Amino acid sequence: MKAIFTGIVVMALIAVGAYYGLHELGYSSQARFSGDNVRLD
Amino acid sequence: MTNRTSGFGWFLALFAVFLVAAVILQPAPPPDPAEMARIEARLATGGAPTLEDILARQNGETVSNDYRKINIGSPEQAAAMSSQLGTLGGASDPDLWRALRFDEADIRVSAGGDVAKTLVQDGGMTWYEFREGPLITYGGWLLLGTIAVLAIFYLIRGRVRVDGEMTGRTVERFQFVERAAHWTLAASFILLGVTGLLTLMGRKFIAPHLGLETNALLLTWSKLIHNNVAWAFMLALVVVFVMWVWHNIPDRTDIVWFKQAGGIIGHEHPPAKKFNAGQKVIFWSVILLGGSISLSGLSLLFPFDMPLFAKTFAIINDIGVPGWFGYDPLPVSLAPQEEMQLAQAWHAIVAFVLMAIIIGHIYIGTLGMEGAFDAMGSGEVDEAWAHQHHSIWLDEVKAREKEAPRGATPAE
Repeated sequence: MKAIFTGIVVMALIAVGAYYGLHELGYSSQARFSGDNVRLD
Repeated sequence: MTNRTSGFGWFLALFAVFLVAAVILQPAPPPDPAEMARIEARLATGGAPTLEDILARQNGETVSNDYRKINIGSPEQAAAMSSQLGTLGGASDPDLWRALRFDEADIRVSAGGDVAKTLVQDGGMTWYEFREGPLITYGGWLLLGTIAVLAIFYLIRGRVRVDGEMTGRTVERFQFVERAAHWTLAASFILLGVTGLLTLMGRKFIAPHLGLETNALLLTWSKLIHNNVAWAFMLALVVVFVMWVWHNIPDRTDIVWFKQAGGIIGHEHPPAKKFNAGQKVIFWSVILLGGSISLSGLSLLFPFDMPLFAKTFAIINDIGVPGWFGYDPLPVSLAPQEEMQLAQAWHAIVAFVLMAIIIGHIYIGTLGMEGAFDAMGSGEVDEAWAHQHHSIWLDEVKAREKEAPRGATPAE
């Protein structure tokens, strides 16, 4: 069971890392293909 | 004593070769006479749709748009600037509208890049209808059908049990790092599968019952999870490939394993190394299909930055594959949006196939086979189980243990 929990924790850590890392790089469609003048938020 | 064969096997092999050659080398079908008549008629209209075209379309027949697509005027045809139509520059208003309609116009935009240059993209409707129709229908039935077949198989065959008594002695089947990598891959695949299905099917199956708001919430979370957990899947895929590729190279023992259906059907237990032929099929399915899903997924994660299909189609055309089956070459000039649509369709189709395979893998690793889960749970399997399912591997482990017993420390 330890391996299963470790696998899930590793997955979560990579996913959280990817979220912050990619947003830091400004990869999202919103950041790349849109601007303030065409968004309501 | 001579060992004579009837030659029937060779006859069958030869027949199969001829059959494949006949399919590959079949001549292209002759042009449709109705389409030829329409092409002839268009010569009289200077390329404009004819009455035949309009009637054919009204009858629900497919009328090729190719002749309209190329009929967009040309600077070479322009009248002299001093003459009456000189300022049109060789393209009439209908020519211009056709160019916009078929994404052939030379558009210049101040923002948005190449994507914004496509003003009309008629492939979008085809993609949408495919996504809402056959993709959901056949994909959904593939998964439900797989579960149904496994349920029937379980009712008929029951659990594959270990013959005789368990020995109580165990051997280490997978090390901790192998199991952790497997579970990272497994957990991420399940999350990606569930969130992918919610994204694809939520509008059709959840919104009508739980409301658009609930569906929107699920979609928001699904997108967040899908886009980020994808990285765990891709990394784990690479790790698993590096760890196990050596054990998954096909060899002679696989033929015996397939002949005896791996002991799953019937009660024979073919010898196997660390991975038997069935596990090798799973491994290569995960690597190849998972790799393909990853590539199309990256194309979707970085919209318009990683177009894959025009290049792939060009390679397929160069080999001549469409011609083997009498088809025209695949399109190699795709709008950026078409690239994304194809990436989504491919991503989902391959994912459905891999999900069906993995449902089978989960079945045999849990309910379908006694003792199988321990291999990935605790990592320790009973020797009786190992002997039954991986006898060659067990012998190798035993031989290694004789040379260096477990827990032994090297001499100082």
